[in-house]
Amino acid sequence: MSQNLHPGLNLGASHGDAHQQSELSVFGFWVFLMSDLITFGVLFATYAASSTPIAMAGGPGPAALFDLTSTGMQTAFLLASSLTCGMASLALKYREGPRRIALWLAVTALLGAGFLALELRDFADMIAKGATPMRSGWLSSLYALVGLHGLHITAGLVWIVVLLLLIWRRGVTDLIKTRLLIFALYWHFLDLVWIGIFSVVFLRGLA
Amino acid sequence: MKLLGNLNWDVTPFSDAINDPSTNTFVAAGAASLVIIGAVSVLILLTWFRLWRPLWRDWLTSADHKRIGVMYIVLALVMLARGVAEGAVMRGHQAMALNGGPLSADHFSELFSTHGTIMILFVAMPLVTGLINIVVPLQIGARDMAFPVMNQVSLGLTAAGAALIMVSLVIGRFETGGWTAYPPYTGKVFSPGEGPDYWIWSVVPAGLGSMLSGINFAVTIYKCRAPGMTYMRMPLFTWTALCTAIMMIYAMPPVTVSSLMLALDRYAGFHFFSNDLGGNMMNYANIFWMFGHPEVYILVLPAYGVWSEVAATFSAKQLYGYVSLVTATMSIAVISFTVWLHHFFTMGQSASVNIAFGIATMIIAVPTGVKVYDWMATLWRGRIRMTVPVIYLTGFFILFVIGGLTGVILANPTIDYQVHNTLFLVAHFHNVLIPGVLFGMLAGIHYWFPKVFGFRLDETWGARAAGLWVVGFCLTFLPLYVLGLMGMPRRSPSFTDPAYLPMEYLAAFGAVVILGALAATFTTYIVSIRHRKWLAVPLGDPWDGRTLEWATPAPVPEWNFAVIPEVSSRDAFALEKEGGTPYAPVSRYADITLPRRTTMGLTVCVATTGTGFALVWHIWWLVILCFTGLLLTMIARAFATNTEQIIPAAEVARQHRRWLDAIAQNTGITRDAECTSANRGLAAPDEVIR
Ligand code: HEM
Ligand SMILES: [Cu+2]
Repeated sequence: MSQNLHPGLNLGASHGDAHQQSELSVFGFWVFLMSDLITFGVLFATYAASSTPIAMAGGPGPAALFDLTSTGMQTAFLLASSLTCGMASLALKYREGPRRIALWLAVTALLGAGFLALELRDFADMIAKGATPMRSGWLSSLYALVGLHGLHITAGLVWIVVLLLLIWRRGVTDLIKTRLLIFALYWHFLDLVWIGIFSVVFLRGLA
Repeated sequence: MKLLGNLNWDVTPFSDAINDPSTNTFVAAGAASLVIIGAVSVLILLTWFRLWRPLWRDWLTSADHKRIGVMYIVLALVMLARGVAEGAVMRGHQAMALNGGPLSADHFSELFSTHGTIMILFVAMPLVTGLINIVVPLQIGARDMAFPVMNQVSLGLTAAGAALIMVSLVIGRFETGGWTAYPPYTGKVFSPGEGPDYWIWSVVPAGLGSMLSGINFAVTIYKCRAPGMTYMRMPLFTWTALCTAIMMIYAMPPVTVSSLMLALDRYAGFHFFSNDLGGNMMNYANIFWMFGHPEVYILVLPAYGVWSEVAATFSAKQLYGYVSLVTATMSIAVISFTVWLHHFFTMGQSASVNIAFGIATMIIAVPTGVKVYDWMATLWRGRIRMTVPVIYLTGFFILFVIGGLTGVILANPTIDYQVHNTLFLVAHFHNVLIPGVLFGMLAGIHYWFPKVFGFRLDETWGARAAGLWVVGFCLTFLPLYVLGLMGMPRRSPSFTDPAYLPMEYLAAFGAVVILGALAATFTTYIVSIRHRKWLAVPLGDPWDGRTLEWATPAPVPEWNFAVIPEVSSRDAFALEKEGGTPYAPVSRYADITLPRRTTMGLTVCVATTGTGFALVWHIWWLVILCFTGLLLTMIARAFATNTEQIIPAAEVARQHRRWLDAIAQNTGITRDAECTSANRGLAAPDEVIR
């Protein structure tokens, strides 16, 4: 493994071990994402199978509950956070220093938190209208799918905090460079899943 | 608020036995006592022999793939003992169950539910995972798994699930809806107790652990092979491990998700699978079997890998049809994701859907058939030694083909309508799981045991055990085909037709033979440990092996290979021996970096068990405590430094040279002498077969 496998990480051309290690971690994480995609896939399938009048059991449906302005704003927040996450990666690639990387990460976290706040507000609104997950099979599957994505975002926020702490304490070491790359994969993956949710759940629900 | 949730003194089988003395409650109390006595004796023995420190230092905190593999297998053997005992109790009960029977219907249901769950998730899975752990890095010339600490965590999660099932024997009751736990029966309305919760919180960690194992195996095989070990040079066991790993990655998430959805239904009143308000249990059946069917191939593929290695080694021939075996393995892995619906042919979809899945199911028998022919051709005109693994292989050949054929029969929806949910099905799946998976794993343990521990297993006791397993299997399960065709439903706590009795008696007698087989299996291990001096094979190659793992000392040092080997062909070690160039001296040794010991896996195990137990009994403060602990452990790991240890080159050189010297001083043994005490692990074969 002598070739430079992750040019964006600046692991150094001659440092074979770091390359080998990051190759394992990055590849391993890709594999994990495939597995996670199955998890989401199962919930997407459940949601699709539950999008029937029977599964709505006479309860409120998409038309009564979905607010495209809010979900549209959530989409904007998340897409913007992906952009800033990408900026963090670029800051790493062009050696702009730990401060820059940390700054972009922090902005990413703020945007993610904004997304989460809006999502929670939507949930609260729905619950106020009596649309709890216990109301119908369709609502159960809706909360599960959207909620699982929200949980992933929450985990991502914790992850950013850990990364920031690590950068603050140790600087941008090889290990942290690899973790930044992995985090970026995770965050973009969540973006992609959200695009799926936005289209399949919210857009189609109102179509 | 109750500090201990729903816990109180009345949930133990002991209070049942006191309040309502009967055979039924005594059996339950007896089983609970066995768990307690077993646990206490282990503690006493560990203290008596002063084993706490080695247990902690060399095992529980070790990140060495071989030790983790051994721990998986020990866990599996303990659970096997319980599972087989439950099987025998069920057979005993059913033999007396004309118009009644000693156990209550609920108790019988608990038995088949725990038995099925244990056998699949806590016996077969850990056996497979353990064996892959031990063997794969050695076969591909790696120092360890790609992620040694995650490996520990996987083991911790699996052990947590197993621990919870063990606890359920003493505190409270287990679920009564079978190992599949179909709602709505397992929902809150029909099963308000703690049973299904025990099932859920055993299955979820085990599923997560297996998913992580799958990632670990796949990355190891893709990225950590020695130079020159191209895909088409990998030993077949590694190939099967790769396919199993990929299947674990894709098939474990569905069961984790479906179990968690069931948990949401039960704990939070969701309506995924309930009867009312738009729930749909067919979603559960589909998701569960998207895991369930691939699962059986996750289990059997590594067994096929064992058969491939055993057939080639013990006939001293190159594996026949390597490419076709690889292709067959990959085909099975793919097709097995397209057949799940055969588990519910009778649940109301159209005939055309049924027939599509029926045909897919029959097709999957083709690659397996190819394999059986390949193994037979490998043995053909080979230099066969009737060692214990070969005895298992012989049993497998005959019995597994029967099991496969009854599978093809069941794949026909019209026939399935007649025999589904009968003992015919029970006979079929035991017929593939026992001769296929269990025999394969027992053979694999016998085959690789000397590599890990440095001494062979006793052949006499091993042969007795193998013989008893084969005979016991036939007596116990072949009669069930007959009973199934007579119409006897599976999971029956009692029946009214005396015509079932003769076959029931035969099966009950068979269960006694199987108990004997289990005892003989454990006796093999004990006798071998006693005679380890005679059986020692320190030079590392007791069977004239063909693949890389045999080119190391036994037991293998922690770093596996003094220098990473360069591979230039399939069966590299066999070719080196033929060419007279094995055990080449090494001119330069280098320092070796290995993961340091860590308590990560153990902490995860304890915290997960605690979380699960607290969830079962609704002890919310304990849930929060344990789960927070779990999260903090994982976060803390991100800050860990100093996670590696360095083995100095001089130490590596010293041990390696000592081994090479010992080889130079030994004359080796011919294949006929493999099972004598002259076998020190150096092969000097008398002829080469091509
Ligand atoms: C070794 C001796 C064994 C005995 C005596 C035994 C016996 C039994 C019996 C009596 C049942 C209940 C059948 C019924 O539904 O009427 C059963 C179910 C089952 N067994 Fe075994 N078994 C043995 C080994 C195994 C092994 C090795 C496995 C898997 C690796 C296994 C997996 C299962 C499963 C999955 C079920 C279905 C449980 C359910 O209905 O949910 N068994 N077994
Ligand atoms: Cu199947």
